[in-house]
Amino acid sequence: MSSPSVTIVEPATRRLTLSQAVNEAIGEELRRDPSVFLIGEDVAEAGTPFKVLSGLVEEFGAERILDSPISEAGITGIGLGAAMTGMRPIVDIMFGDFMTLVMDQLVNQAAKIHYMSGGRLKAPLTIRTTLGATRRSAAQHSQSLHALVAHIPGLKVVLPSTPYDAKGLFKSAIRDDNPVVVFEDKMMFAVEGPVPEEEYVVPLGVADVKREGEDITLVATSSMVYVALDAAEQLAEDGVSAEVVDPRTLVPLDRETIVASARKTGHAVVVDEGHRGYGAGAELAALIAEDAFYDLDAPVRRLCARDVPIPFSPVLEDLTVPTADTLAAEARDLVGKA
Amino acid sequence: MTAVHETERGGRAKADRWLAAYRRMVTIRAFEERVNELYRSAKMPGLAHLYIGEEAVAVGICEALRKTDYITSTHRGHGHCLAKGASVERMFAELLGKEPGYCRGKGGSMHIADHENGNLGANAIVGGSTGIATGAAMSAKLRGTDQVAVCFFGEGALGQGVLYEVMNMAALWKLPVVYACENNLYNEYTHYSETTAGDVLVRAEAFGISAEEVEGQDVRAVFDAATRAVERARSGEGPTFLALNTYRFHGHHVGDVDRRYYRSREEEAEWRERRDPLALLSSWLTEQGVAERTLEEIRGEAQEEVEAGVGFALAAPYPDPSEVDEHVFA
Repeated sequence: MSSPSVTIVEPATRRLTLSQAVNEAIGEELRRDPSVFLIGEDVAEAGTPFKVLSGLVEEFGAERILDSPISEAGITGIGLGAAMTGMRPIVDIMFGDFMTLVMDQLVNQAAKIHYMSGGRLKAPLTIRTTLGATRRSAAQHSQSLHALVAHIPGLKVVLPSTPYDAKGLFKSAIRDDNPVVVFEDKMMFAVEGPVPEEEYVVPLGVADVKREGEDITLVATSSMVYVALDAAEQLAEDGVSAEVVDPRTLVPLDRETIVASARKTGHAVVVDEGHRGYGAGAELAALIAEDAFYDLDAPVRRLCARDVPIPFSPVLEDLTVPTADTLAAEARDLVGKA
Repeated sequence: MTAVHETERGGRAKADRWLAAYRRMVTIRAFEERVNELYRSAKMPGLAHLYIGEEAVAVGICEALRKTDYITSTHRGHGHCLAKGASVERMFAELLGKEPGYCRGKGGSMHIADHENGNLGANAIVGGSTGIATGAAMSAKLRGTDQVAVCFFGEGALGQGVLYEVMNMAALWKLPVVYACENNLYNEYTHYSETTAGDVLVRAEAFGISAEEVEGQDVRAVFDAATRAVERARSGEGPTFLALNTYRFHGHHVGDVDRRYYRSREEEAEWRERRDPLALLSSWLTEQGVAERTLEEIRGEAQEEVEAGVGFALAAPYPDPSEVDEHVFA
């Protein structure tokens, strides 16, 4: 494929923003399953600060779109208890940074209840939250903490990059019988893309090749998919054919698709907006190093958020996250076209 | 439970309810004493937190509940499990890490869950189950049932913030939940007066939650208070907070045998000799005309049940090694 636009399998002409796609996914699941409800801060009339949930309370009422106090741990615990007793709650954690406030409920409770009970209890709980920097929101509203969650056995982690994926993955998350955390990049709510009118789901654990290529694999998560697609365009001008693989979910992880791409191209760069140290990028790079080693022409590399708290000043903040330019430069260096 | 149902159906003597309660309390005591022996003879891995001395709290509250009502429990949870209807055999099997245990040996003493009896699990984080219990209550309300959730926790959990987050929401939304704070005086090895500023009941009353202090060694007083709280919850009047004054006769866990640095022998003797919930109930039953022989028979039955349970668990198989990777995801 020569176009940087997203590869979509299903034919679709209608275009939605990522925000609209998430809203539609939640609305459809609320309509089809009376056990689904949503709880969070400013989710009802306010529709969240990003207005992603606007209109839902008007259709489903205040019992199913429930404005809560500013009590992240409390609403996650309540969501878990409801999930264990027949409901399918969606807990809205306004910013990914606030995931730190729910860690006991998520890590010690939700992640373990199925295992600790020998499979007798389950927690079909969905948490929606954000990641992503460059909104000039400084250190406590800009982090990408998905690796913290992905580290814990028993939790699933969804990182949608396109409106199509966001809708389909969100519906799968709600229907899943496990705790699932969906991280939406707060910089992508206005991104538009094709979303079919008819119902569909995207299964968890299936990666998507967003652009096919022959010379180098760029494994990119969430908004880094767009960074990778832009970088691929730059590389094409230099005669380097880049393949962009979007894992779409970190847990479960589609190891086969990622490894197959790296073995095919012989070069791989992983790009992820979490911190570099002990992060998702490290895990993905290790996977490629372990399973594609003998087919690689060079060591796998990773490009991640700089290991600093996210600074406020725009000139500093912009240095902390990967860009198409830095990724393209890394890729050129790796294939010897620097 | 059979005797309780017979009482309700047949209108038999009021003492029957308390004979059934006595049976449960005696079973918990015998169970815990056997746990202590198993630990001391190195037949039980890990450790356990004994409920001895607190039996009237779990039994008094669970006697006021239906099988379909929910409870969440604590690290000191064996009494809650048994009072809610768990089998001695499967409890012991779980404590020994055996396959027929309630959690196939994967939970152990601190994580026993028994969903068939509405027990959503014991918890090793002292305030960790407050959200689960409150969520179960919200679920009951959303599903339109009249189920009630009881959240058992020790006074140590008064130090964890999530309790206050969920009590606020339970009060706001009138959720059918009862917060049962078992005050056994010690946060592990520290007297609660050193860790707890102000008043306990006022913590709940600040949210507009009805709060009551209860003599936790008197199973009849506990039952009465629990019955009022459960009725409030079932009729849509919202949560209740019960502060149940009690005492753990043993240490924080089975290995905590040298306790002199945090509490005196005299204090322990005072509770054991004058405020033992089993002795208090048996004295009352005797006053009601129940023959001592009857009480002896009950104790004998409980002991037999416990011995049979231990025998079952010791003979039971361990889980297959392949189970280590099972149940990570549903």
